Amino acid sequence: MSPESWLTAEVAGPKKASVITKPEIADAMIKRAKRPVLVVGNIATEIDLEDRKLIDYLIDLAKRCQIKVVATAHTNAAFLERDFAPDAVMSAVDIANRLADPDWKGVDGEGAHDLAIFVGLPYQMAWTILSGLKHFAPHLKTISLDNVYQPNARWSFSNISIKDWIMNLKSIIGNQET
Amino acid sequence: MGTKDINISIKELETELGQIRDLKFSVGRLVQESWTEPQGPTPFPSITALRGWDMTLLKRYRPFYMPFCDLCCLCTFGKCDLTGDKKGACGITMSGQQSRIVLLAACIGAATHTSHARELVTHLISEFGEDEPLDPGGLSIEVEAPNIRLVCGVKPETLGDLEQVLDYAEEQINALLASTHTGQEGNPLDLESKVLHAGMIDHVSMEVADIAQISAYRLPKADPEAALVDIGFGAVDTEKPVILVIGHNVPPAVEIMDFMQDNDLAGDIEVTGICCTAIDMSRYSPRAKIIGPISWQIRYIRSGIPDIIVVDEQCIRTDVLDEARLQKIPVIATSEKNCLGLPDRTRDPADAIVADFINGSADGAFILDPEKVGEIAVRTAMQIAPHRKRQKVPRSLEEGIEEAKKCTQCRLCRRACPNDLHIPDAIKAFARGDPGMLSDIYDSCVGCIRCEQACQQDIKIHSLITLAAEGKLRDESFKLRAGRGAIQDIEIRQVGGPIVLGEIPGIVAFVGCANYPGGGQELAEMAIEFANRRYIVCTSGCAAMTIGMYRNEDGKSPYEIYPGNFEAGGIVNVGSCVSNAHISGAAIKIASVFARRNLRGNYQEIADYVHNRVGAVGVAWGAMSQKAASIASGFWRLGIPVIVGPHGTKYRRMLLGRSDHEEDWYVYDARTGEEVYVGPVPEHLFVAAETKEEAMVMIAKLCMRPNDTSRGRALKLTHYIDLHRRLIGAMPGDIHRFVRTGADIPITMKEEILRILDEKGWKETVIPDPTLIARQKTEQQP
Repeated sequence: MSPESWLTAEVAGPKKASVITKPEIADAMIKRAKRPVLVVGNIATEIDLEDRKLIDYLIDLAKRCQIKVVATAHTNAAFLERDFAPDAVMSAVDIANRLADPDWKGVDGEGAHDLAIFVGLPYQMAWTILSGLKHFAPHLKTISLDNVYQPNARWSFSNISIKDWIMNLKSIIGNQET
Repeated sequence: MGTKDINISIKELETELGQIRDLKFSVGRLVQESWTEPQGPTPFPSITALRGWDMTLLKRYRPFYMPFCDLCCLCTFGKCDLTGDKKGACGITMSGQQSRIVLLAACIGAATHTSHARELVTHLISEFGEDEPLDPGGLSIEVEAPNIRLVCGVKPETLGDLEQVLDYAEEQINALLASTHTGQEGNPLDLESKVLHAGMIDHVSMEVADIAQISAYRLPKADPEAALVDIGFGAVDTEKPVILVIGHNVPPAVEIMDFMQDNDLAGDIEVTGICCTAIDMSRYSPRAKIIGPISWQIRYIRSGIPDIIVVDEQCIRTDVLDEARLQKIPVIATSEKNCLGLPDRTRDPADAIVADFINGSADGAFILDPEKVGEIAVRTAMQIAPHRKRQKVPRSLEEGIEEAKKCTQCRLCRRACPNDLHIPDAIKAFARGDPGMLSDIYDSCVGCIRCEQACQQDIKIHSLITLAAEGKLRDESFKLRAGRGAIQDIEIRQVGGPIVLGEIPGIVAFVGCANYPGGGQELAEMAIEFANRRYIVCTSGCAAMTIGMYRNEDGKSPYEIYPGNFEAGGIVNVGSCVSNAHISGAAIKIASVFARRNLRGNYQEIADYVHNRVGAVGVAWGAMSQKAASIASGFWRLGIPVIVGPHGTKYRRMLLGRSDHEEDWYVYDARTGEEVYVGPVPEHLFVAAETKEEAMVMIAKLCMRPNDTSRGRALKLTHYIDLHRRLIGAMPGDIHRFVRTGADIPITMKEEILRILDEKGWKETVIPDPTLIARQKTEQQP
């Protein structure tokens, strides 16, 4: 449970992510957000969590919390296979560039997002993109829901086991049930 | 050439100081017009001469910064914390600092190619004379140096003419580098403009290097049927003495082959190479064998196969000597830029150096004489090979398994791996005798050996990976089309119209290094996909090698299947890193040879033409180096977009368009002077793709240009939609931005697209004669 970057050399600077030590933290942030968006990268289609894929958990999260979803890369295809249509399909740097713009009206055109949840991007790509948002999107909070520490997010898990990750995700999804 | 030095040569002079022989010097410059094309507005542009054009591009394609570090540590005021809206002690902002680092990278890249070009030209002049004519394509090429003509406004005719071009390049890089000093340029956009300048200079210097070596060494001259050469570990006859060359500057390798030829040894020794020297020596002689891209260095040295290693410059592992010592392989360093700490033995007799290598009293030498290097490398290899016991490490599968058993599953290897490969699990399986997972890792391993550096048990992890994949290594034997050099003028005339009208859907250039996120096969698959779709596929350097290291079900590499012509469906290997200038040169020549635009010192107009009409995209899927940064920057200034893989975000910033900002996508219609909305074409100038699938869709999209005819746009849309459907799983959500008139809609999808357009409230617009330059508009109005 150490807040070290997963890739050892990708050390954080003076400003680094707070650790999500318990799922209630992420849950509270999501609940508090007025316009959250979930950015899902292709690795979410590859990771097995028990008998499901990570993307299945994320669909549950998006549905139950009514979070807008952006599918990056070819992740959209996996969503559609599961009868879930993301709100937008765009590259990871494209969505990040828009999120950094306080005047952007969001994926639905109804206003700027105040919380961006990232999951399933290649580690270093997420690292750099979250760095861009850390520095140039002060209006935006970010959470990484990967099971590795992302120092440039506002909040991130530390490097946790698959078992703990599943437990946390289930808890967040469960807590968000209305 | 338009301007020329006054050269004075004195064969013999008696003075009070003594006798002087062979004194040569140059004074001033005199105009010697042999090129009748009128001079354009910006010959030899200063670092701000094209600032206006840069700002036009940067207004549309704004930087999105992704700092790789929160701090600045470039001066003793620092480290300065630049987080939040803090400024450094010098006043620099975080965005300024990122641009500054990008400029430093581009300067390093441009300086590297320029220095390489200088070293090459100086050597070739000493060997062939300054009056050696430049001839990169015989009768097939009239515009011999499109980048030099465009940027410098001169027409080089001899090797000596290139020196003035290099003088200019060196001066510009010097000024650009000075701009990065503390308390100099801090405005992000001005720094970005300078990045583009560095890139432009880089292409000039690359062109100098390649046309010089093509001309002097008689490398293939714009030959689409250049020889098919061997590439791969398995292509080496290990029964023979083996020489390995690594780097980018080919003279030492040429001298090795010449010495062999002169001494009737050509068939007796294997001359093998890694990286661009390998590419260039295979252009010199089809007998040369390429091992692979830069990531093959460690695995090849550790195989124990090479009997001697000769390194020149660029992209050579700095621990090459350490690795070679472990295998008892002598190393010769041949470049002042890469001395390896070895003793300078340039003036020692060859016999003495060979003897020292043979008896083991020397394990390396620094020799600044390519001819001597050629002799020593060949003689050493011949004499050492029969006695040297080649020994790979670990020596056997059993030994490897014992090594794997030391693993404690601490996972530090995986946490050091740039591709997050599942090394601990694979080592665990290997320790149980199952090499499968470790062999799979070989396919995605970039050979950086960071895993070994992290391992607290000192396990030679990379060696275990190659041991597990030994069968694959032995099987690496493919064919690569030797680098052909430039594109012929006749080829440009034939494809210029279809490209500019959009009827050839695009030119896709797969270039750059081998830091691939998921193995090299992805690159080959992309190249094949676009060749099959009848795009023109160009390639160079490590990317060209990677594309060749793939075979279909019939055992053929892409170069054996697709023609090397610059035509729809061709896979065109132009050559090494410096040959990238032929790809930008082809785009420039479309404007001059096909469209008859004046080239001379006329950068902005030509870049505007290329940006609006030539559907070209660069893909640097494994871009790693600073040279890759400067090469990309040169394409950006021509308005040509570049896609990088996910590691490319570490270049710290993208240049991204905003398709949702309608106001960004207006051009002038040169016919009417009106401003016309043309949609986001091309949408980005520099963008990272997360996966191969996303990259392929991006390529198709970024090939669209405002000038496309309806027939051309319909074809480009067909490819974009088809790839998007197949790989992303649905119709793209932005089709309405790319349809200008009903005639743009692909006929087979008309109903579906019309329905989408209706939902989006689409309105028809016109197809302009597009330009971003207000001056163009007024000049061309009736």
